[in-house]
Amino acid sequence: MDLSAINPVLLIASLMVAATPILLAGIGELVAEKSGVLNLGVEGMMIVGAISGFAVAVETGSPFLGFVAAAIGGAALSLLFVLLTQVALANQVASGLALTLFGLGLSALMGQNYVGIKPPPTGRLDIPLLGDIPVIGPMLFNHDIVLYLGIALVAVVWATLKFTRAGLILRAVGESHDAAHALGYKVVRIRILAILFGGACAGLGGAYISLVRVPQWTEGMTAGVGWIALALVVFASWKPWRVLLGAYLFGGITVLQLNLQAAGVAIPVEYLAMSPYLITILVLVILSKDKSNAPASLGRTFHASH
Amino acid sequence: MKLTTLLASAAMVLGLASGAMAQDKTKIGFVYVGPVGDGGWTYEHDKGRQAVVAEFGDKVETTYVESVPEGPDAERVMTQMALNGADLIFATSFGYMDQTINVAKKFPNVKFEHATGYKTAPNVSVYSARFYEGRAVQGHIAGSMTKSNVVGYIGSYPIPEVIRGINSAYIHAKKVNPDVQFKIVWAYTWFDPAKEADAAKVLIEQGADVILQHTDSTAPQAAAKAAGNVITFGQASDMSEYAPSPRVSSIIDNWAPYYIARTKAVMDGTWETVNTWDGIAEGMVGIGEITDAVPAEVKAEALALKEAIASGEHHPFTGPLNKQDGSAWLAEGETADDGTLAGMNFYVEGIEGDIPQ
Repeated sequence: MDLSAINPVLLIASLMVAATPILLAGIGELVAEKSGVLNLGVEGMMIVGAISGFAVAVETGSPFLGFVAAAIGGAALSLLFVLLTQVALANQVASGLALTLFGLGLSALMGQNYVGIKPPPTGRLDIPLLGDIPVIGPMLFNHDIVLYLGIALVAVVWATLKFTRAGLILRAVGESHDAAHALGYKVVRIRILAILFGGACAGLGGAYISLVRVPQWTEGMTAGVGWIALALVVFASWKPWRVLLGAYLFGGITVLQLNLQAAGVAIPVEYLAMSPYLITILVLVILSKDKSNAPASLGRTFHASH
Repeated sequence: MKLTTLLASAAMVLGLASGAMAQDKTKIGFVYVGPVGDGGWTYEHDKGRQAVVAEFGDKVETTYVESVPEGPDAERVMTQMALNGADLIFATSFGYMDQTINVAKKFPNVKFEHATGYKTAPNVSVYSARFYEGRAVQGHIAGSMTKSNVVGYIGSYPIPEVIRGINSAYIHAKKVNPDVQFKIVWAYTWFDPAKEADAAKVLIEQGADVILQHTDSTAPQAAAKAAGNVITFGQASDMSEYAPSPRVSSIIDNWAPYYIARTKAVMDGTWETVNTWDGIAEGMVGIGEITDAVPAEVKAEALALKEAIASGEHHPFTGPLNKQDGSAWLAEGETADDGTLAGMNFYVEGIEGDIPQ
């Protein structure tokens, strides 16, 4: 065992990178679920975002445009979900699963010419003063801009839901769409916007994997991250900061367990391998002792004329 | 993750079920553990399938189902293939072993071929390649080229196949570099680019400047490229898009000749249970081009080692060798028998850490 081989600075820096895709997808899904829509298509939207972003970044040479395209790609796929659930009033669970399957297939088709290509590197933000602080600088202030965008999004979503009228309306729609409708709010329109936001965030998360974390395109490369993000939203009791905590816990322990393995720590590898799931669920379950706050209309179909 | 793959494979099986059937064709099913675009293991199996189609044209009809999880799902996929009239089914991952045996019992007239396993039946053959021969060449290059004396190894699952590779690489790295140390990380997946990239990054952060992988995607190559000054080896497929550096060489699985021969045997009615384990000599294990990033003399030594293995002059597991706990395994000049190799569940002396049980 040689724990000194683990460099805490690099560890924390890489845990932030590992957590970001889950965080982005999770915060987007949180907004959709807060509006009362259960979209199980996160994985599909992520992988479509991953290839959209990758393709555009490669073609234009600009990672920034890549991320924009990823958000558009994810939102475009979620439009299909909008059509199915908000217009055709189809079952949300089935539609979401279909979206994931469709996204996985579509991304494989889109990505055929992009296997084995290296994307343009995403620039790191060099924050002048903060980045120069020893230890903390390289740990926290030397990342790409999308990582900070993820954290900023959490803050924005939290503040919007808690303090603004728009957030109140969104929550009202999610808690009781009939009441919100009776008050004159456009339930379907609000939900569509929430779904599109969720799709865009999932797309960004996917592109973060293909452009920053790995960085390359491989079929099926999200490998289940979307499902983890979905579970995270539930375990975080639909609270933005808990999604952040959960994502960092999960990402952190994933990276930490690999570090411990490489350092030869005498804990059986099986326990290490399951630890990210176990610890994240445990912590979030303990935190959510105050009973679940699932939006009351979550997953229910709304039809105005009944 | 399980749910998606499960549903994906279920959907694909349904797709297969609706396919038209023509009785005069030989129908061959392939079960893949990853997507055909993984650039590694499954990619090479699918190249073998395409070679069968190219060889026999209209006389065969092939189907495949990709990303089938190792477990009960595989049983359902293979059952469906057999019900659809498959004559021959290739199950291309170790974890399909018991499922293959189960399905084979139910369909005695269908021939099964299971890759890298060890359980046979009257209608189940097993086939594998002696990847450890290629690992020996990799180990030689790794030991010669490492400056930090730390070689990182990304393992998938602790099965004999993977452990043989680690041992073989270590023995040959140690031969040229007595100070070499192996850091082994188990990813518990065959295919998860993000996790593989994380594992590679962790190993690099902990000082490794050579990364060997036994997982299927090219993600570790990308991580090594980003880090610079790290060399890697293509796994299962050439991965030449990362040549000349970080990828300095590779092990290439060449299944095509075997798949063609077995298909022919089914057509001719000469198929019987075999236990095939071919290596460099037979061409099932190929060594990808050694790039100029490798010093000329190391390259020459590596090629000489490859020749010696191909000719049978050198066996990668030749004594004196001790097991990890120091107990004697092979005496001077003694070589390992295939039985021990097939079930290998121990590290050789010098490797640190325990094999997860």
